[in-house]
Amino acid sequence: MTIATEVTPTVRAAQRRPSLARLTAVELRKLVDTRAGRWLLITIGLVTALIVTLQVIYTEAPTQTFSNFFVLSLLPVGFLLPVLGILSITSEWSQRTALTTFALVPRRERVIVAKLASMVLAALASALTSLAVAAVGTLVAGVTGGAGTWRIEGALVAHAVVFQVAVVLMGAAFGLLLLNTPLAIVAYLVLPTAWSIVGELVRPLHTAAEWLDTGRTMEPLFTADVTAGQWARIGVSLLVWLVVPLAAGLVRTIRREVA
Amino acid sequence: MIAVNQLTKRYGRYTAVDDVSFHCEPGTVTGFLGPNGAGKSTTMRMICGLTPPTSGTATVDGRPYRQLPNPGRTVGVLLDASAQHAGRTGREALAVAAATMGIDRRGVGEALDRVGLGPVAARRRVRAYSLGMRQRLGLAHALLGNPRVLVLDEPANGLDPEGIFWMRGLLRDFADRGGTVLLSSHLLREVEAVADRLVVIGGGRIVAQGGKEELLAGDGTVVRARDGAALRGALERAGLTASEGAEGLLVQADPDAVGEVALAAGIALTELRPAGGDGLEQLFLTLTATAASPAPVGPAPVGPDASRTDAELTRETVR
Repeated sequence: MTIATEVTPTVRAAQRRPSLARLTAVELRKLVDTRAGRWLLITIGLVTALIVTLQVIYTEAPTQTFSNFFVLSLLPVGFLLPVLGILSITSEWSQRTALTTFALVPRRERVIVAKLASMVLAALASALTSLAVAAVGTLVAGVTGGAGTWRIEGALVAHAVVFQVAVVLMGAAFGLLLLNTPLAIVAYLVLPTAWSIVGELVRPLHTAAEWLDTGRTMEPLFTADVTAGQWARIGVSLLVWLVVPLAAGLVRTIRREVA
Repeated sequence: MIAVNQLTKRYGRYTAVDDVSFHCEPGTVTGFLGPNGAGKSTTMRMICGLTPPTSGTATVDGRPYRQLPNPGRTVGVLLDASAQHAGRTGREALAVAAATMGIDRRGVGEALDRVGLGPVAARRRVRAYSLGMRQRLGLAHALLGNPRVLVLDEPANGLDPEGIFWMRGLLRDFADRGGTVLLSSHLLREVEAVADRLVVIGGGRIVAQGGKEELLAGDGTVVRARDGAALRGALERAGLTASEGAEGLLVQADPDAVGEVALAAGIALTELRPAGGDGLEQLFLTLTATAASPAPVGPAPVGPDASRTDAELTRETVR
């Protein structure tokens, strides 16, 4: 075509496809540029601070240590981060922005990978926040008569990060598979719990529950010691509740008609 | 440019788009016309890689849309003005798109200026926008990457008359500078003013396509007299076919011949003019009335003569 002769180098640079780093930066921006997203992140921060504050006020002095503050502050975040993961995926469909997102990046798997990367970064940021808030709590406890011990095992922090990343990705997997905000949130919160109850009640399922109930398999992640057997259970349960829905959801999202 | 080749989309047993083919050349505005539910939006979504076609292909700039590395820089797409996050401000919605395409922030301000969204409007959340403002934001979004091709689905919806006039100028200018525009509408009058070519779709099939002049001209003459019966008699005696139209008699002859007949018969006319798009409008009304079951027209012929044959086809259907 005649147009080809007029193409200048700058125009050709513009035709290059957006890098994954750029797409990840865009997805991070989309996590915070709406009121809903911003408040979810603020809530995560506030809840973390609240948990540590309550510990400083109400728990026994000897238990007021850096590592205890840190571990307990992870629990509520474990509920909220998956919601962030779900919303990041499903809001594209509920707000119908998928139409513009996928028109600009038609290789949809690249958008999904960028979203997952942004969530992992959000989970890391949340772990850092927990560490920072726990540090403040430890300082205060040192002054108000708590133990204020600083010792923390590196493995504990690492396990905590694994936990945060796993739950946010589980949320994303449910979002990708169900593509609907309320459905994904309810399914994410109800299915594992329902599974625990069934596992408790039905005797033949006892063993299965030990391997598949993420509530139980991931519990060791709140300690510094996780045995090989426990890692195996974590792996199996995440395969079922994270990898499988993620893969199925990816296929569904790529094939789905955007209207 | 856009090339659509034998696109078909079936949902179960329902065929939404049936063997649709057309081309949009650089420097032209193509009006994609059809009643609601005719398959316009589905066709446009297939062009943009958002809906997988059952069969057939569509290319933009010689490539399937999904293979364009950074499509926003090649094609500006506006498929639904309401498909923006209600909680983002207008400026933020554009900033997100600009970041995706790798355009610096200045581009956002320029695009907003170009569509007449001032700084106050740009700071408001999209939730608070009227449909007209959303259309302007959507146009800014489409123009942001400085593309050579525009694909716009019903862009005039919700715009006020001044806005429609403004948009026509913008699209005309875009095409005159060598751009390719495909815009859909369900209103003939709306695209007539700006399009060079028309593609008319009904019930998923193309029923007419060709140059605008070609499609709109040669549809005969509209004539009116106070004594309508006398006029009709005179025309019939002269061997001219006349039928009752919405705005008078529709005669299959040029205005010259009709005027001569009236003068010879001594009938005072109150109106005499070329029928213009009346024929196309009639076709349109027929399509709307039978939207579910399209007029039994064969598949659009493909080839260099396709448009001419189709133009004739149109007249055939109208008669």
